[in-house]
Amino acid sequence: MPERTDYWGIPLNWRPDLIVYSLMFLAAIILLIRFYQQGSLWWRVGQSEIRWNKIHLRIERIITYAIVQTRVLSQRYPGVMHIGLAWGFFVFFMGTALATIDSHFIKFLEGNPYLIYKFILDIFTLFFLLGAVLAGYRRFIQKPPRLTLQSRFTISLVLISVIVLAGLTVESLRLAIERPAWALWSPVGWLVAQAWIASGASEQTLLNWHIGVWGFHLILAAITVATLPASTLWHTLTGPLNTFFSQLDRPVGQLKPVAQTAQNEPIYVKSLQDLTWKQLLDGDACTECGRCQDACPAHAAGTPLSPKQFILSIRQALHRDGPILAASNTKIQGDKLKQLVGDEIPQEILWSCTTCGACVRECPVLIEHVDTIVDMRRHMVIEGQMDSMLQDALANLGRYGNSFGQSDRMRAKWTQPILPKIKDARKEAVEYCWFVGDYASYNASLAEITQKTANVLQKIGLDFGILYEGERNAGNDVRRVGEEGLFEMLAEKNMAVLSKSIFQTIITTDPHSYNTLKNEYTGNGKHPILHYSELLDQLVTSGKLKFSKKLGYKVTYHDPCYLGRYNGVFDAPRRVIAATGCELIEMPRNRTRSFCCGAGGGRIWMEEGVIKERPSEARIHEAVKLEGVQVFVVACPKDITMYRDAIKTTGKEDRIIVKDLIELVDEAL
Amino acid sequence: MNIIVPVKLVPDLVEELSIDASGTALDTAWLRMIINEFDDHAIEQAILLKERTGAHVTVLSTNVEGVDDLLFTAAAKGADRLIKLNGDFESGINNHTLARAMATILRDLKPDLVLTGVQANNDLDGSIGPQLAEYLGMPYIGYVSGVTVSGETVIVRKEYPGGLIVEMEASTPVLLGIQAAEQPPRYVAISKVRQMMKTMSIEELDLSTLDSTGAPVVNRMFQPEATGRATMLPENADNAANQLVTIFKELGVL
Amino acid sequence: MNQDIFVAIEHLRGKVSDISYIMLAAAHDLAHSSGGKVVAILLGHNVQELAGNLKADQVLYADHSFLTDFNPEAYQKTLAKIIDEYKPRAVFFGQTSIGMDIVGGISAQLGLPLVSSVRTIEADNKIISQICGGKIMAECKLPETTALITLVPGGYKPELGQSTQLPPITSIPVQMLDGLRIKLNQYIEPETSDVDISKESLLIAVGRGIQNQDNISLAEELAQAIGGVVCASRPVVDQGWLPTSRLVGKSGSTVKPKVYLAIGISGAPEHVEAITGSDVIIAINTDPAAPIFNIAKYGTTADLFDLVPALTEQIRNIKG
Repeated sequence: MPERTDYWGIPLNWRPDLIVYSLMFLAAIILLIRFYQQGSLWWRVGQSEIRWNKIHLRIERIITYAIVQTRVLSQRYPGVMHIGLAWGFFVFFMGTALATIDSHFIKFLEGNPYLIYKFILDIFTLFFLLGAVLAGYRRFIQKPPRLTLQSRFTISLVLISVIVLAGLTVESLRLAIERPAWALWSPVGWLVAQAWIASGASEQTLLNWHIGVWGFHLILAAITVATLPASTLWHTLTGPLNTFFSQLDRPVGQLKPVAQTAQNEPIYVKSLQDLTWKQLLDGDACTECGRCQDACPAHAAGTPLSPKQFILSIRQALHRDGPILAASNTKIQGDKLKQLVGDEIPQEILWSCTTCGACVRECPVLIEHVDTIVDMRRHMVIEGQMDSMLQDALANLGRYGNSFGQSDRMRAKWTQPILPKIKDARKEAVEYCWFVGDYASYNASLAEITQKTANVLQKIGLDFGILYEGERNAGNDVRRVGEEGLFEMLAEKNMAVLSKSIFQTIITTDPHSYNTLKNEYTGNGKHPILHYSELLDQLVTSGKLKFSKKLGYKVTYHDPCYLGRYNGVFDAPRRVIAATGCELIEMPRNRTRSFCCGAGGGRIWMEEGVIKERPSEARIHEAVKLEGVQVFVVACPKDITMYRDAIKTTGKEDRIIVKDLIELVDEAL
Repeated sequence: MNIIVPVKLVPDLVEELSIDASGTALDTAWLRMIINEFDDHAIEQAILLKERTGAHVTVLSTNVEGVDDLLFTAAAKGADRLIKLNGDFESGINNHTLARAMATILRDLKPDLVLTGVQANNDLDGSIGPQLAEYLGMPYIGYVSGVTVSGETVIVRKEYPGGLIVEMEASTPVLLGIQAAEQPPRYVAISKVRQMMKTMSIEELDLSTLDSTGAPVVNRMFQPEATGRATMLPENADNAANQLVTIFKELGVL
Repeated sequence: MNQDIFVAIEHLRGKVSDISYIMLAAAHDLAHSSGGKVVAILLGHNVQELAGNLKADQVLYADHSFLTDFNPEAYQKTLAKIIDEYKPRAVFFGQTSIGMDIVGGISAQLGLPLVSSVRTIEADNKIISQICGGKIMAECKLPETTALITLVPGGYKPELGQSTQLPPITSIPVQMLDGLRIKLNQYIEPETSDVDISKESLLIAVGRGIQNQDNISLAEELAQAIGGVVCASRPVVDQGWLPTSRLVGKSGSTVKPKVYLAIGISGAPEHVEAITGSDVIIAINTDPAAPIFNIAKYGTTADLFDLVPALTEQIRNIKG
């Protein structure tokens, strides 16, 4: 009868049970002590933050991201590779746990349960080994630049592979000796066992080998456990922890608010101690996979920013200075230690970020890069450490409510040729309040599209109005630059005007305004907010918007970061494109993978600096590779300016043209 | 070192300006005021000197609408003391009046160095610096674009046309008319200004009777008629470019 | 008080500045109605020959070594003495780095009225000043006592203040002043550059509207294509985006090109005064109310970021 035998093949008078338990217990104690030494730095150095609410949702997070590992699976090769390794180990761990229960509590690993148990373990061994081979190939042959190609990763891979191979060897040796009738339920082990059988070694020899490899496997496992916090396998603990503590109190489009001390003083991040424990945990959770780096437009452009290196700098600083900071009772003088913001992490790096959120979206362990970058920007803004172009833009925003330095009375200049005159939403009740946005209002070359939008809305018979001079920059990018005070001021002014106006829904043509109005304007939440693509989609569905012709263009669509990735609006614009009779060929990087144009996060207000290739240019190159695509459709005014420029600078004027979604709609009406 | 920076608000030229009903002054209904650009440079220069030498900086201005924001912003940049001067400014105030009245106050403050903008866009009776200097008995150097302090000596770079600079020096106390600070006026975060509003206070001092002798009487103000007006080319970039090319050819430069 | 109009002549390193001639021209206008003489006051050391082409009825020449270089204190005190002694109807000063340093002090010291930013003198003793960046004009009556007036360029052509006839020169005694607190250390020449924009005939000028340093390349490319030279207004040079040698304006160079293409420049007086010698001014500015359009021959409100590259390309195509 098939059943599991504890410590098969090990002489019982050696007390294998004592050896195993004491060794593993010792290893576990060492692990716990070292975990505490490293992990306690998070809360001893960092500020507090409430991240243990909604436990049931957090457990869901662990299951989704740490066990099933959906994010890891989003890329095929490394996905399969890592699942092989990780799920392999989950199963092995479960196997050991079940064996322990079987050994000490309920004997159930006998008969069919036992056979299934063995089978699953063997299959996952194979799966694991496949993963290990894929990993080896990736690390030594492929060598993608996003990985950290250092020996400590090799050591980990070798360690766990050897452990598993040793385990397989132990099993195969037993099978070679036992040769049970149900050997085929351990197909892999049985296969390997053939080698031993064929070798002709005597049963005693095999038994000796068995003991040897078993001991080797045990010691190696103990070592791996004990050294876990110092090896790259540290992420197996910190990763899941990070997913458990990931943020779920606010929508992803809402930036982390400024932290406050107990005395309600704002905390601007310049050193490790200004970060919260969760932000420090982010540093330790990083698996150095580099997916964030690959997705980052700033990195691709050749700026010094790499989201991966950014997070690793925090880890580096924490490991180096954390123990000193935690040991001292008073807040240590920053002079002796390298300052986090400015020294450890150069300012240029922090200013290079476009806040597109691709890094956050890609990270398998849910690290929140953008929030921390903005936290550090807040400090630099207070200290006045920004380039003069940005200073000018902020001064203009503060004074005139727009970054162009033009009078607020010029905001509605673009409406002059529109007849009938667009309603003033501040004075008349309207159904839709159209929040136009700075670029669409003030930028002379965009005026045409803004006017077209107004015309289309009028043709459709929509009851809408604008806020004329009452509108101010919505503040999305002001906030992401780190000027929280200015954001509050702008938001206050906008909310004051909005609260006095009578309307049902807010519509906007600008995804940045959309994001902040929807997610960050508190107290305004009663009004639904629609991006104009959502509005058009609704109108098409309801039949209010009918097209008289089918355009038949072959187009591609660029998902704006703040519309798509941040707010999940992907299908509405696509439906509208389809309704105009255009054929949509998807960009290789589309939807949540859309590649940022480079203007966000205040970058459009900063000096460009030395760059390799503008993100917008890279995107155009991506688009022209799509055969037959003549039109690059966008749904954001900043995208229009960025891509028009990019088409010129890449010399593709004859090949492709940028059109706003509204231009297609207007043509097809 | 004790540095005082008198500043004022002037019409913001970004906005449209119009004349009021009396025809002798600007219409204040639509008027937006902004810190005199050169006074802003003076504040910046003062703060730079403070950063270099640990000087004490006082910023003062007349108590008109918008002065609080003006002074707290200066504090956020680093000004140590804020003063607003009370008086009857309903119908505006000219530099002759202000210089006389301010001199009494400034004398009591015992400055080593007074920095003020070399001019302002609404000056009609000269700029305030030289007049203030005379009442205070201090030497005056204007059009200064660089200041170094060495003990009790102030060394300045004064601008002449054509990019020529002359270096002059004087012992404190001295009054300088600032053309440009060594770097453009820095930006301060709004939260910092708001913080100043909570932590700093503005002192108020009264100006003695205002005597406007020496300032001109305005008969009328008007907007200039353009003696000529440019022939406007199309707003469309490509069309405008076309026409410009034709013009260049006509002029013989192309 | 007599009815003469005095003019404080400004000279720098052996050359009489244009504003002096402009003041003389204006002084003659005023002298017409006042019935007095136009008297030029010349302070300096061994600069008698500078009186050569001044269009004045008389030149009062004060020569002393301590007046060799302009020193605000020295000149203010010396002139104050002269004005107090002669008590003319009016004294003209330039609204410059020289005139403005001294006129305010003289006004305060002698208790004399002062009107600044004056552009033209009209009949009936009316003086017209320009303020608020040239957007507003103020008309005042010429004050009654010895009136101190500072003039800005633009109202009179310098030629009107020049004469081929040598005016009568009267030497006036001047005492060395004790206890002068301002000392002149040295002159610092402007950085020599390969380009002297005051001699160029085709200038591409950029102003605040260019927005940032990177965009200046648009102007450079246009300049290269058309064979011109890039220059700038004050805000651009203050930011350090172009060197001072390229500065056009009151504190920079005065230029007289055949064509002056003003890109993103509003047309503030300090800039305009330095370009009125241009044959043709063409202005690109999205603000239709920008004062530059009042002096430009051609203008457009097209966006410079579209227009300049388009223009560059068309020119390149033509030149092949």
